[in-house]
Amino acid sequence: MDLFYMTAHELHAKLAAGEISARELCRAFLDRIVSVEDRLKAFITVTEEMALKQADEVDKRIAAGEELPPLAGIPIALKDNMCVEGIRTTCASKILFNFVPPYSATVVEKIKSAGMVIIGKTNMDEFAMGSSTENSGFQPTSNPWDTERVPGGSSGGSAVSVAAGETVLALGSDTGGSIRQPASLCGVVGMKPTYGAVSRYGLVAFASSLDQIGPFARDVDDCAQLLNIITGHDPLDSTSAPGEKTDYTAFLNSDIKGLKVGVPREYMGEGIDPGVRAVIEKALQVLSSLGADIEEATLPHSRYAIPVYYLIATAEASSNLARYDGVKYGLRDEEAQDIVDMYMKSRSRGFGTEVKRRIMLGTYALSAGYYDAYYLKALKARTLIKQDFDRAFDRFDVLVCPTSPGTAFRKGEKTDDPLQMYLSDITTISVNLAGIPGISVPAGFSGGLPVGMQIMGRPFAEGNLIRVAHAFEGSAGHRGKFPSLI
Amino acid sequence: MLTIAEVEHVALLSRLDLSLEEKKLYGDQLSKILEYAKMLDELDTGDVPPTAHVLPLKNVYREDRVGEHLPLEKAMQNAPERDGNFFKVPRIV
Repeated sequence: MDLFYMTAHELHAKLAAGEISARELCRAFLDRIVSVEDRLKAFITVTEEMALKQADEVDKRIAAGEELPPLAGIPIALKDNMCVEGIRTTCASKILFNFVPPYSATVVEKIKSAGMVIIGKTNMDEFAMGSSTENSGFQPTSNPWDTERVPGGSSGGSAVSVAAGETVLALGSDTGGSIRQPASLCGVVGMKPTYGAVSRYGLVAFASSLDQIGPFARDVDDCAQLLNIITGHDPLDSTSAPGEKTDYTAFLNSDIKGLKVGVPREYMGEGIDPGVRAVIEKALQVLSSLGADIEEATLPHSRYAIPVYYLIATAEASSNLARYDGVKYGLRDEEAQDIVDMYMKSRSRGFGTEVKRRIMLGTYALSAGYYDAYYLKALKARTLIKQDFDRAFDRFDVLVCPTSPGTAFRKGEKTDDPLQMYLSDITTISVNLAGIPGISVPAGFSGGLPVGMQIMGRPFAEGNLIRVAHAFEGSAGHRGKFPSLI
Repeated sequence: MLTIAEVEHVALLSRLDLSLEEKKLYGDQLSKILEYAKMLDELDTGDVPPTAHVLPLKNVYREDRVGEHLPLEKAMQNAPERDGNFFKVPRIV
């Protein structure tokens, strides 16, 4: 098997046994990036120099006879909205084209301490606003299974980099499905942890009550390992949840006999592509054959999730993105006559179409005369959506559904109609509104394109998701397929 | 349907300088999205408390102590224009 399609746990064994050095491993992935990147455009910045330096440090530790931590020497790519000190961080926006962070995000400090090798910063929809990575201010990313198609978004670059063997692991951020949906469309594992489980310090904010960082991996074992590293309380993030650290690998290799699985009927009916539904129905049979008890569930307020999400997320974004004014960093229009003119010109030149649209929508929803009718109404409806999940989890251990209503769509197919693009997030956004964890795990193929199954759980029940996803992965029988990239 | 005047008002609040074409496009698209959002009126939310965030956290306190902070030079390193230790901007009044 090609080195670049191996899992982190397989590569760890090779590093620990001295079959390969961390530098050789890093070099293999840098070479892979060179050979496929012109077709995929998954990266905004490749951090070759830093990666090789970090790999050399791991080799020194091996040579000194130190015991190798599980992910030491393993390459990881980061979505370009996570600050790495000294490395350009753009959010795929022209307004941050030259921004070099003076500090690193907490997750970056954590993966560095774990000895992981940062191989680059990945492409995304500008400020994480989008479902296809077509809204990048620099370049669209292609899906490795069919380069005429989108990889999903907004963490499209991270999903592609893992799917195409340009890295072993990646981090993304998920505000309405931005990890799970591209993971589904690219055939990799992607998890959005519970809100507050992973520090957001140093993650460029989009919608602060919804944003959460999470892993992309080739399999569930790798996902659990990376989750172990990035989770935990951080005093630098006031919305970081206090509590003891969990070892998620303890949930691998455990059975799911008697597990109560609910299938929300609202996520299996109208609007779900028949090919996708067939794959998920087959996946449910696999869960059933493993001893899980499968029943229909209901989330009656599901249809309200899209307007609720697009009012709350844009309102929060309009406030968060007020900081891009050309004063302290980022793009500044040099022609402006006075300061307000400078704000307006810098922002108009720096932001792309979708970002401006969302700032406008959010500003409208928060403006005098409309606050109660739109924003406050959405916050109240959010409570009803959350209560739907609370009730469902009284009966069920996990809920299962398609991660995305369809497979990867063609580039340009949904760019003219923002509402159509928003509707493709129906199965993922409620999870962010309720703040619960969700994982997308490859479930099979439809028309040659990957289909992901989403498993949702109670707050802080990531372990349960790992348990179900790992049991499923071991029995699903569709593994070992990789994009041919001809 | 949002009027051009309404779009211009929101653009000003957003500190965005839009072309006439953009104003028409956003006016049209925002109207459609807001029309779609009208479905929320079906919900009786009279007794429902709003959810601003999901964590059962109230205020988070810490000791008021001097800690490590960003050195001045690092804080200024991305300044588009500076004058000594000040961020320089165009005329304000």
